[in-house]
Amino acid sequence: MKLIQKPWLWSWLAAAAAFALTVALTEGRGAGELAYAALSFGAFAAIVGLGQMLVITLGPGNVDLSIPATMTLSGTLALKAMGSDPGTAWMGLGVALLVGLGTGLANFALIFLLRLPPIIATLAASLVYQSLAIWSNRGLRIKPPAGLADFATGRSFGIPNVALVGLGLSILIWLLLERSVWGRWLLASGQNLRAARLAGVPVEAVRAATYVAVTVFAAIAGYLLASFSGGAALNMGAEYLLMSIAVVVIGGTSIAGGMSNVPGVWGASLFMFLVVSMLNSYGAGAGVRMVLTGLIIIGIVIAASTRRIPR
Amino acid sequence: MRIFARYRILLPVVSLAVVLAATFYMQPRAMSYFGINLLFNLAVPIALATIAQMMIIMVNDIDLSLGAFVSLVACITATFLSDSPMLGVLILLALVLCYAALGAVIHALDLPAIVVTLGMSFVWGGLALFILPSPGGASPGWLRALMTVKPPYIPMAVCASVIIALVTHLLVIRSGIGTVLRGVGGNARSVERAGWPVVRLKALAYGLAGLFGVFAGMALVGLTTSADANIALRYTLLSIAGVILGGGEFTGGKVSPVGAVIGALTLTLAASFLSFLRLSPDWQIGAQGAILILVLTARLLFTRRDAEA
Repeated sequence: MKLIQKPWLWSWLAAAAAFALTVALTEGRGAGELAYAALSFGAFAAIVGLGQMLVITLGPGNVDLSIPATMTLSGTLALKAMGSDPGTAWMGLGVALLVGLGTGLANFALIFLLRLPPIIATLAASLVYQSLAIWSNRGLRIKPPAGLADFATGRSFGIPNVALVGLGLSILIWLLLERSVWGRWLLASGQNLRAARLAGVPVEAVRAATYVAVTVFAAIAGYLLASFSGGAALNMGAEYLLMSIAVVVIGGTSIAGGMSNVPGVWGASLFMFLVVSMLNSYGAGAGVRMVLTGLIIIGIVIAASTRRIPR
Repeated sequence: MRIFARYRILLPVVSLAVVLAATFYMQPRAMSYFGINLLFNLAVPIALATIAQMMIIMVNDIDLSLGAFVSLVACITATFLSDSPMLGVLILLALVLCYAALGAVIHALDLPAIVVTLGMSFVWGGLALFILPSPGGASPGWLRALMTVKPPYIPMAVCASVIIALVTHLLVIRSGIGTVLRGVGGNARSVERAGWPVVRLKALAYGLAGLFGVFAGMALVGLTTSADANIALRYTLLSIAGVILGGGEFTGGKVSPVGAVIGALTLTLAASFLSFLRLSPDWQIGAQGAILILVLTARLLFTRRDAEA
């Protein structure tokens, strides 16, 4: 396949253009800092985006709206369990992973046992998770343990640690999708659920694993974000609802399902941060910034659709 | 088939009746003209937004920008429509045309509606911030009068809901064009083969959604008398839940306008019911989620029984 046909190319080109336009304004100063910030903040969007990508790959109608609530719940419960005590970082991670596992299983139980459409099931469940987070948080702002906070805001080899975690998870997902039977099953289920079932693919197991994977990823992102920003806030996941869907689609993953794209999610996550900082540095107000962001998202979707092979 | 059709509308009615009975049991004083009006007052804009969402779901799409759109309309109503009515009306008309154009573009270029509306939610939200950076504005006098009118015997909120349900039922279920629109959701290709211009039909469905979205924003300002850019953001998810509660489905053009209005009323009432329960505020949101799950579970039992029959 030629480079030009790679679906992830466009999101990376857009990210590079936004980066270049921002740096051009400052005549090259601050380029390193901008790239560093983009990697830090982009990492959170990329981690939740990877999870959402797996769900969207399952086919039309599959989307997880419980990501923000799961992030908030995992961040809140993990910080509460750790209680700022040193040496509890791994225990906190364990709590976060358990939260992800629990919410994922609950979501899938609603989808599978009650046959609810995933959009409604995850939406209704997310209200319950949000309540749980409110109840356990009670307005307290517990600081993360010092070591964990240093890790979340620190860097290794000049790259933010959170970006390295995100990169590790991306490689894991890429290997799963491209090199494992499970990945083939997921793509097959997304392309035609009925055909996959008839071909002997355990489609319900694949769906269950996918809905658990997305909430586990959201839980990891919530845990890292709470440590990164010095505490869990009840609205900390809010912006990641639309963000997670946007990075998946801008990244070139087919919304119709059956096709995943890991590098594109990263390109789109960097782009979503860079476009905001570009508009900021050009002095656009909050309103103008939002309008332009929306128009750019639609523009990319249109550009992506015109290079599709006509049916 | 007749039993099936009857069951579909039966369930939303029963769930509304149950929540209403529970509310009256908890708070008998709500069982009055004034009480009912208070309970259902805020349901009118939500019902209109739910109808708007239903128009989109009817043609197999989903609108993630509705909350932002209703907020934008509320901001325009509280500023332009209040200060210079002519300009305000023109802007609102332009917004409806925007929605229609959006529908045509989504169909013509075969774009995923969920993403395009996601992008539009940023656009609407940005415009709303641009018009009204801080909460404020004023409701036009006639709108305020219309939303607080006190008809004899039946509270305004109930009257309005019945009228909305009746008009949209006639439009979507009874009229010829409504049937064709539902056909687009059922099988767009066969509608196209039958000689209908699907692009124009989709534009019509989106245009209707825009129109009802405009009504929702205006009704909201009539009740609250002011607006801000985030006033109706939760309407996006509320409206989707309302359509599904009312017996609609995401695919196949299976929607019910009467059910959608009842679904919106049920969702609004559930919030009041929970505050009457003296439930800790921590759990109010969660209990709403639980009610949603309960009602949908009941629907599952109904449809299963129907399939066996």
